[in-house]
Amino acid sequence: MGKLLVTPSPHIHTKDSTRSLMLDVVIALLPAVIVSVVFYGWRELMLLGVSVGACLLLEWAVTRFMLKKPSTIGDLSAVITGILLALNVPYTTPWWVIAIGAVFAIGVAKMTFGGIGQNIFNPAIAGRVFLLVSFPTYMTTWSQPQGLFGLDAITGATPLGAVKEGLLAGSSVQDIMAAGGYDYATMLYANLGGSAGEACAIALLAGFVYLLCRRVIKPWITLSIFATVALTSLIFWGINPARFTDPLFNLLTGGLILGACFMATDYVTSPMSAWGGVVFGVGIGFLTMMIRYFGSYPEGVSFAILIMNAFVPLINMAFHQKKFGRK
Amino acid sequence: MKRTFSIGGIHPHDSKISRECGIKPLAIPGTVYISLSQHIGAPAKPVVAVGDKVKVGQVIAEPGGFVSAFIHSSVSGTVKSIGPRKDLAGNPQMTVEIAVEGDEWLETIDRTPDLVTAIPEDGKEIVEKIRLGGIVGLGGATFPTHVKLMPPPGSKCEMLIINGCECEPYLTSDYRTLLERGEEVVVGAALIAKALGGVPCTFGIEENKPEAIAHIREIIAKLSASDKAYSNISVMSLKKRYPQGGEKQLIDAVMHRQVGSGGLPISVGAVVQNVATALATYEAVQKNKPLFENSVTMTGECFPQQANVMVRVGTPLSFIIDSLGGIPEDAVKIVSGGPMMGRAVANVDAATLKGTGGLLFLTAAQTVRKEASACIRCGRCADACPMGLEPFLLRKLALAGDMAALEANAVADCIECGCCLYSCPANIPLLDIIRLAKADVMKIMRARAAEAKAKAEAEKAAAEAKKSESNG
Repeated sequence: MGKLLVTPSPHIHTKDSTRSLMLDVVIALLPAVIVSVVFYGWRELMLLGVSVGACLLLEWAVTRFMLKKPSTIGDLSAVITGILLALNVPYTTPWWVIAIGAVFAIGVAKMTFGGIGQNIFNPAIAGRVFLLVSFPTYMTTWSQPQGLFGLDAITGATPLGAVKEGLLAGSSVQDIMAAGGYDYATMLYANLGGSAGEACAIALLAGFVYLLCRRVIKPWITLSIFATVALTSLIFWGINPARFTDPLFNLLTGGLILGACFMATDYVTSPMSAWGGVVFGVGIGFLTMMIRYFGSYPEGVSFAILIMNAFVPLINMAFHQKKFGRK
Repeated sequence: MKRTFSIGGIHPHDSKISRECGIKPLAIPGTVYISLSQHIGAPAKPVVAVGDKVKVGQVIAEPGGFVSAFIHSSVSGTVKSIGPRKDLAGNPQMTVEIAVEGDEWLETIDRTPDLVTAIPEDGKEIVEKIRLGGIVGLGGATFPTHVKLMPPPGSKCEMLIINGCECEPYLTSDYRTLLERGEEVVVGAALIAKALGGVPCTFGIEENKPEAIAHIREIIAKLSASDKAYSNISVMSLKKRYPQGGEKQLIDAVMHRQVGSGGLPISVGAVVQNVATALATYEAVQKNKPLFENSVTMTGECFPQQANVMVRVGTPLSFIIDSLGGIPEDAVKIVSGGPMMGRAVANVDAATLKGTGGLLFLTAAQTVRKEASACIRCGRCADACPMGLEPFLLRKLALAGDMAALEANAVADCIECGCCLYSCPANIPLLDIIRLAKADVMKIMRARAAEAKAKAEAEKAAAEAKKSESNG
């Protein structure tokens, strides 16, 4: 007992830290990571390693040599970016392509804005979209997986891609669906051929439920995305089922669940208030459906999240807490 | 569905490790140091001189203003000095030093253990006895109780709430008081309710104290069977949540009414008094015993001897600590009060005040702050704020020095409960920054109000001068 410590109240602190919250997100992503490796084989594990490694290395190097500040990689946020980036590309992507994606995600989308907490756009999505426009061939060559237990790769279109191509060729949605043989029950646990992380809806939802139980995130953003996608597609599908796909198909395909559970809920790039989160989610859901139905890309979740990321400062200004005892 | 307040709040571990420790009287020290600033408001004015002999319960200082209170000697002996002495933060306060000789009480004090349950007919008499007893709010703010019991004209009290939340972790003196002196507390509550015009009274107690809830309900049932003055008293079990013991939060929880910004509880028809204040009221009104001793929780995981002790006002903290085994080796901080809103002790030679509710010993692992990192915009501070403020925003505005925006975002409503800083995963010292900004903004608001008042008066005077001129 030496000198007494004298500091202002409060004198105790929660055990939660940035690192513990980020670690929870990593844990929540593990089911999806494991499933993607099982489905797509060791190559997917290599991609995850390169992506996480490149993200960590870059953040460390930028803080150490350019910002000349203590490294922030201990907060694990770069690990999440790395995992999400790898889960957002086809497993056939060359290792050097994903390394470039990591450089863009961490170097441009995150560190140029000042690092964690300062970035406007979700780094993993920014990296993915950068790769999509820079290396469209690698990013849209979807292959049926070999898996850990070996099968020859077959190049094929994702359900969303097949619908887009089919409609352009003049077929009706019903014909395309019949030809593709899509079974919603199977899509729930083995949605193969797209980005690695989209493979298993159940694994993603399990991680989402984990985050809710640990009170890391709140459900409003994710639920409002799902609700908006379901409602928008219900209206269009109800009007013309030959031209527009049905709600269940839209909920289960593409990167919707991955995006809604793990990328739209990123603290830094989503609104602070519950109602702000609802507006943000509705925007993402609606834009996703507009791009899927009317855009030239088959999938729009990434673009929708990026666009709504840009609105977050405005949304934060519009929605405030209800103050105690004030009108 | 148990009631609680409607916005924000946190759930720190309640750490009530001293809950089984009954209140035991502590030995009287050789010398007591009674501060003349025991309460919010003007310091009291001493009415004794050096060399005077005093008895226990004798008045040694009288109110120094409307919001002020009597102070009584807590011991018998000789006044040694009257002058500045350092308080627990190290700031000098006018203090009366009394060398203790024996323990001779004023004859007027009823020292029998008999419970006096008859409530005086005249409410004014109760208020006067409370005033003469030097009673102040013992929940932390030490606001003179009699002032709270005289609602301003035009306002009407509809309910008395007895605050038995003790929502601060670690503290258990109110809990022990409810268990051990429940009858006196209930009579005290009835007295205060009578003073307020016979209003209904509700005890708000958190559900982590089921023994206290059951005990007080039993006492009320017993007393109301024979005296209808007790039939209007009830107990409400509240969810455990910090800061439920905050006045505005407790009124919201019990009555579902929100006191407006800058408003007083009476504006929504409520008066809140703490459990210990109710006990002090009982003693002052029924036993003629002024407030000169209070119970203090001595606690902390590193503190070897958990205890609740009854100490005379003015007992040096070091005397209490030494009689319970001294400061533990691994303690780095001593907090007067609870860990959320208590004040760190800089000077262990400082003496207790009427409102000293506990001393908490914390280790480095428990209390040393971790280095702050970047805000990750998780919004936990805003979720935790019981006033519905946005601490992340207030911090940003404070760093930018934007006083107008700080005022517009209600920084003045901050109750400094510490929920924001507690819950920040990036360890950002939110409350430290907001507290300073709040003080600056309040200064500006007060200056503006004073200026407006002066302007209005000048205009009035000018108008009158003009009027008399034209008349002349």
